Amino acid sequence: MTFPDDVRYTREHEWAREAGGVVTVGITGYATDQLGDVVFVELPEVGKKLESGKTFGVVEAVKTVSDLYAPLAGEVVEVNAALGDDPAIVNREPYGAGWMVKIKLADPASFSTLMSSADYAKLVDEQHA
Amino acid sequence: MEPTTALRRTPFYEHHRAAGAKLVEFAGFEMPVRYTGDVREHVAVRTTAGLFDITHMGEFIVRGAGATEWLDRMVTNHVGALAIGQALYSPMCRPDGGIVDDLLVYRYADHYMLVVNAANLAKDFAWLKEHVPAGVTLEDHSDNTALLAVQGPNAAEILRGHVPDAALELGYYRFTTGDLFGVPATISRTGYTGEDGFELYFEPKHGDTVWNGLMAAGQAHALELIGLGARDTLRLEMGYMLYGNDIDDTTTPLEAGLGWTVKLAKGDFHGRDVMVKQKADGLTRKLVGFQLDGRRMPRHGMKILSGGRVVGHVASGTFSPSLERPIGMGYVEAALAANGTTLEIEAGSTMLSARVTARPFYTRGSHKS
Repeated sequence: MTFPDDVRYTREHEWAREAGGVVTVGITGYATDQLGDVVFVELPEVGKKLESGKTFGVVEAVKTVSDLYAPLAGEVVEVNAALGDDPAIVNREPYGAGWMVKIKLADPASFSTLMSSADYAKLVDEQHA
Repeated sequence: MEPTTALRRTPFYEHHRAAGAKLVEFAGFEMPVRYTGDVREHVAVRTTAGLFDITHMGEFIVRGAGATEWLDRMVTNHVGALAIGQALYSPMCRPDGGIVDDLLVYRYADHYMLVVNAANLAKDFAWLKEHVPAGVTLEDHSDNTALLAVQGPNAAEILRGHVPDAALELGYYRFTTGDLFGVPATISRTGYTGEDGFELYFEPKHGDTVWNGLMAAGQAHALELIGLGARDTLRLEMGYMLYGNDIDDTTTPLEAGLGWTVKLAKGDFHGRDVMVKQKADGLTRKLVGFQLDGRRMPRHGMKILSGGRVVGHVASGTFSPSLERPIGMGYVEAALAANGTTLEIEAGSTMLSARVTARPFYTRGSHKS
């Protein structure tokens, strides 16, 4: 399994793409593979302050339910409303149209603390072994 | 992930790997949970056909002059009423009415085969062994039995020409023995999906022959590989029990709505006294089916409330691909079990509204009755 280089990763199988101090966050292709068909995504309200590592939502697949964890601290500035009608976008385009929230970072420099695609690939290898 | 203990593999393990299955631990086996996607696999079984590896199930052989009478003491349904070539679904209870397991009883000409849940195999065998009388023998044949299910409206066409013609004429819950792709097999018109279909028992050494035969024969009939994920959504749409979720050692068949499998008139059996009393006094709780709006699913263990008071818990829940809405089953106080009753389910910080509805949830299945 390959992971795009234009985003960074967390141990909880989320990805984040940074632009101008705002990160777009979703779950990785490995995560969607593990979950199966996503049928429901619960997201926070715009304006909610998130703490790094704390849960901010829920993703439910037919067989499993999983919490979403904030990769970094910040404030929710946008949520992906399209997932309400068609949560399966998460399976089809995990790194694109299947994004979940946009977070304005409390500390823009914190983005660099997330994992690179190479490190994340290593993590997945270890967990999969 | 957990350190790997030695998981058991079925004869079809390499075929699952080759097909790209996601494999998970289930009852000590490494089993396919999905190949392409739960919903796609579910729809294939409802519209064309699906192939399931369920070799993890256990098979016990019971022989001896007193076998029929003994089995009728061990299970709640009426084994003595079976014709040769007929199969029976039944709970097996303890004296307190709790369910040890739910199983199938097959009557052959000179013996019975019990098909039990993989997770309960050791418990069942010990329970039966403890009660087996002189003159009856009980053997575990699980390691020498491969089991595949072909389910869906196209199932019979897939098997045509590869099983005796008589097998295609079998009624629901009837079986025969004969050649399956040239190897000896039990061919049973049973399943756990609500669709027409067959369960096929044979020796593991013939695994490749049967698997490859089915895959080749299935090509023209849109046969897809089905994992345990879709197996669960298919059975739940039918309201079929999953041991450990919907029934267990603390529930009785009557509470679970399995009254049709409890034959009080056949004579004494384990749990009969409790069931006679439950029938006389009425039940305090019942397993009900319910549907929800929206997409959020009920999950095993969630609390069920009515008027702000906890009245039960969710036993099973999923998103129904056929109904395109969440469905579930749960135990509630008997007074709240009527169809149309509105219940609330606590899903984390959210309360979901559920309506009690008749089972099966899905009523357009192709199975032969």
